[in-house]
Amino acid sequence: MSKQEHKADRKKEAGKKEEEAAAGSKSAEKGKKIKDDLDKLMDKIDDVLEKNAEEFVKNYIQKGGE
Amino acid sequence: MIKRILGTETEFGIATRHSGALDPVSTSLLLINQYPYLPSTRVLWDYEHENPLLDVRGFEVEGERERPGPEYNRLLNKVLANGGRLYVDGAHPEYSTPECTHPRDVVIYEKAGDRILRQCCEQAARMKEPSHLVLYRNNTDGKGNSYGYHENYLVDRSVPFETLMKQLIPFFVTRQIYAGSGKVGAENRMPPAPYQISQRADFFETLVDLNTMVKRPIFNTRDEPHADSAKYRRLHVIVGDANMAEYSTYLKVGALAVVLTMIEEKGPLPEIELDDPVRSIKEVSRDIGLKLPIRLSDGRKYTAIEIQRFYLEAAHRFFEQSEADPGTQEVLMKWGSVLDRLEEDPMQLSRELDWVIKLELIRSYMEKKKCGWDDSRLAMMDLQYHDLRTEKGLYAALEKDHYVDRITTDREIEEAEQNPPTDTRAYFRGTCLKKFPKEVYAASWSSILFDLGNATIKKVPLMEPLRGTQSLTRSLLESARSIEEVLSRLSM
Repeated sequence: MSKQEHKADRKKEAGKKEEEAAAGSKSAEKGKKIKDDLDKLMDKIDDVLEKNAEEFVKNYIQKGGE
Repeated sequence: MIKRILGTETEFGIATRHSGALDPVSTSLLLINQYPYLPSTRVLWDYEHENPLLDVRGFEVEGERERPGPEYNRLLNKVLANGGRLYVDGAHPEYSTPECTHPRDVVIYEKAGDRILRQCCEQAARMKEPSHLVLYRNNTDGKGNSYGYHENYLVDRSVPFETLMKQLIPFFVTRQIYAGSGKVGAENRMPPAPYQISQRADFFETLVDLNTMVKRPIFNTRDEPHADSAKYRRLHVIVGDANMAEYSTYLKVGALAVVLTMIEEKGPLPEIELDDPVRSIKEVSRDIGLKLPIRLSDGRKYTAIEIQRFYLEAAHRFFEQSEADPGTQEVLMKWGSVLDRLEEDPMQLSRELDWVIKLELIRSYMEKKKCGWDDSRLAMMDLQYHDLRTEKGLYAALEKDHYVDRITTDREIEEAEQNPPTDTRAYFRGTCLKKFPKEVYAASWSSILFDLGNATIKKVPLMEPLRGTQSLTRSLLESARSIEEVLSRLSM
């Protein structure tokens, strides 16, 4: 391998590391966003979910069909 | 996609939110009669060619065939502008898609059906004496009562039913890993489970039969092609779940359509016979890690993923030779990608497959609330996931906030409410209804009848589902000024 190629490789390597670092912090950001979103979603489910769950589920009786 | 007639029927769970409610039959009737956008409310359903008692094994079962009088017929049946049918079956409102040829169209027309039923509910709530009805696109009340979701595939009559059965039973037992809708708990006196992949697995008690309501079979033998029976048979699949997730419906219908083409063309298929399919279908449903080996009758053991892979690999080999069209390629690609990810970690599919979406939602909720599987809020979430109301349904909420992946657009679904598919006889049915609403006297899958006045009824048989398409009938239907003109030019 010539020196130049070596240099180019090292440069590539460094670039890759930067990319990885950026991706790492990006994925951490993404992770936090997912967590925040999930918290929001769970609150939403609490809002939407029928309040008297036990009673509601108990009363849901269907005739068999088909 | 290789042209194959596809269509599904969905029975919806129905509940009322007020006391003093009517019985479920009356409620279902009230509901479907609220739909405001029918081309005509006078159209009868033509029962003449219907015979659900005919068995593919070559006999007819005794039983009463349905023949309601005209007024009741109209109450029970609504022929839709999109070529589909809205009706009451037993104690449930039911929607049949029009005949489609592409699995993606099946997804679109199923969603159009949800839209239609949602509007029925909204109208019912606006009546003078309002009825607050809630519909669920699911398959069980969680107490041992199941209602169906049936798929229909038109198959070449020359394929023996024994071949279909042999080739498809291992496929039916294992395809729930992408087609299951997920369920909290177990029922029908089956072994307990906190969570299952399939809504329906607990209800399959036998291997082969004509029954759909009791002692349900994995392979149903109803032989009612609604088409030229010398040419076609109908594969009536009752073993599936109704799905909310578009990917689940697409793969459920698409993968089976591909396998049927291989069976028809005598392509190489996996040599698999399960030792005990009725038992295995329930075990697969309880195996959310997807690692359980299923025993074959020759003693070999494979997981559900491996068995599905055998079919997929056979399809790859088969279509390599015959060059798959883009529609088939798309199915094979999605099918493969889903199996790969299921193998790595099923939770990766939490944007695509119903049972994973629902499981992830429930697990997150359990973590947040620090509750166990016996908490009744989880059973409520299971049910409410399938609630059709956009403001209450949990799947609807996930969809609205982009937590799930889609393959259709709202626009396509909206259009599919009033417009039939262009590539099957549904085009002729739907377009006649829209253009000549007063003249259409009755319709069914395989016929349309016109009232020409002076007590003359003229019947147009539609025994070939791949005719009556837009390319064959559009110019005729657009240029004709009267139904008489259509009929005289048809008979030329």
